Amino acid sequence: MLKALFAELPSVSTHRGWPRTLADAGTWRAMGEALREGKLDLLGEWGDVGAVHCALYEPATGRVQMASLDARSGKAPSLAVFHLPALRLERTIADLFGIELVGLPDRRPWLDHGRWPVHTPLAEKTHPATEPLAYRFLDAQGPGLHQIPVGPVHAGVIEPGHFRFTASGETVVRLEERLGYTHKGIEKQLAGEGLENAARLAARVSGDSTVAYSFAFARAVESALDVHPPPRGQWLRAVMAELERIANHLGDFGAVCNDAAFAMLHAECGILREATLRTCASAFGHRLMMDRVVPGGTGVDLTPKGQADILALCARLNLEFPELIELYDNTASLQDRTVGTGTVRPELAAEFAAPGYVGRASGRSFDARVSLPYPPYDRLPVEMVVRQEGDVDARVWVRILEIQRSTAWLQAALAALPPGPIRTPLPPALGASVESTAIVEGFRGDILVYLRVGPEGRIERCHLRDPSWFSWPLLEAAIEGNIVADFPLCNKSFNCSYSGQDL
Amino acid sequence: MTFEALGERVRGEVRQRLGRSLSVREVDAGSCNACELEIHALSNAFYDVERFGIRFVASPRHADLLLVTGPVTLNMREALLRTYAATPAPKWVIAVGDCGAGCGVLGETYACMGAVSKVIPVDLVIRGCPPTPAQLLQGLLELLLESQ
Repeated sequence: MLKALFAELPSVSTHRGWPRTLADAGTWRAMGEALREGKLDLLGEWGDVGAVHCALYEPATGRVQMASLDARSGKAPSLAVFHLPALRLERTIADLFGIELVGLPDRRPWLDHGRWPVHTPLAEKTHPATEPLAYRFLDAQGPGLHQIPVGPVHAGVIEPGHFRFTASGETVVRLEERLGYTHKGIEKQLAGEGLENAARLAARVSGDSTVAYSFAFARAVESALDVHPPPRGQWLRAVMAELERIANHLGDFGAVCNDAAFAMLHAECGILREATLRTCASAFGHRLMMDRVVPGGTGVDLTPKGQADILALCARLNLEFPELIELYDNTASLQDRTVGTGTVRPELAAEFAAPGYVGRASGRSFDARVSLPYPPYDRLPVEMVVRQEGDVDARVWVRILEIQRSTAWLQAALAALPPGPIRTPLPPALGASVESTAIVEGFRGDILVYLRVGPEGRIERCHLRDPSWFSWPLLEAAIEGNIVADFPLCNKSFNCSYSGQDL
Repeated sequence: MTFEALGERVRGEVRQRLGRSLSVREVDAGSCNACELEIHALSNAFYDVERFGIRFVASPRHADLLLVTGPVTLNMREALLRTYAATPAPKWVIAVGDCGAGCGVLGETYACMGAVSKVIPVDLVIRGCPPTPAQLLQGLLELLLESQ
């Protein structure tokens, strides 16, 4: 179907890798209908000066396609009208670029709280802002309802965001999120940057996914510039990505149990997570491995000692983790909290192309390492973990199994690690614009990076799409009908990124 | 100094200055979340700062110290000011991380103010991207030693 839709339309020759096609209004509408019918998944939708772009995935064929619509008139038809997952993305396009999405069902600003000195900061012309925008939360009807506003400053050590609950007694009738509190203007800052500085910015979009973001950014640059990292560099990047996955999944597993008041598992997982971070520091020089993956390969090599440390960590995980799994599974009071709580229906997960463990816990078989394989996963595949129940317990189990599979993958990868250089130097400025898009599976899901490098080798436009854009809305659905006290549990089981979404 | 030795010194200083535990309220004023991960680590079984008389509290009204991260986004500015105002005196503020220090990779854009000190008075800055748990505890000790 994708092929048929775009066959007659011109492709952008400077976009390397997956095709980027210039669509017309009729095609845009047909895309919207295909999205509504579930024939296509929306991987992203973002603005540009005078254009709107989107990325599509066709589950039936595994094809990826970028499409762009001319918006120099200042308007473009809304896709959200057909497909709700596009809603917040389009509100953001309006906020940042001032492009009017015609038919947009919700015209409230999303990232713009009216606090910046200007409106439409990424548009060619910005407008001075005067005062904070009053935000109207959605209504709920019914007897005896009350509202509970939570945040942006939350009780724990956690990122800021606002949650407006409408409750009937203990039961949540509606949850509405308001995000954007950590919006830093990263995409504005990226425009005009050299590639080295841009890589450092990309690494800081979402600190817990710094390796995966750097990986996606690097792949987008390499694809655009036609640079091939050496094999050892390819493998080391994935070794770091899997360590990052393990560290985060361990932290989340413990944190979910902690929110059900089971502090013991939280403490034990904390120990294994700390052991993982110390191994990362010993092997790659930084606990979170920030700035270690770079365009062209990696910036740091793995020594025999570092390799031995990673293998020792794997051995420790294989030895100690099973006992924690058993404890989780056999503690009835804990199971009582996690089983059947915060359920995301498979149809919703499919509609939103729910990323990572959120999608895979609700039956969506998508993992970029498997579904859109990139090196070295094309040489040493990971086995995808999919569950059907869609509750907190299922999202915990996906993480448990992924920790085990990543550990096994690391052991196999280190045995197969080739010698050699770790980095291919980038060419000097090409004298022409080039662009590309890359998708890498971070621990919480697929990260999409689109970038355009100008003739002088500087970034013209870089868009980084966090997986959380598609899981945040599902949290609102998951909490419905659950008690307010189960919100932290549900929220932790999703662990969406605030900074990644806000940019 | 080992982490344990550092912690024991902190405990001594906290006891002497406050006569009770130090209550800490964390505020993410727009960080990338890396600083938060290392602040969390302070409570794990390796670092376990609670044994040194340091505890994290849910409300600024219970706090002696605010740990603030991030380049203070304009969207978080009011929340930060209100949190500071809600913290009773005597109080301290530590700006955590390179962003909070005003020298981070994430610079001043239309959306960010930059250093925490541009918004509220800051007693100490702990640099790092992110600072490690040991660096966080070291910074805490410096704050206590400097204060009278």
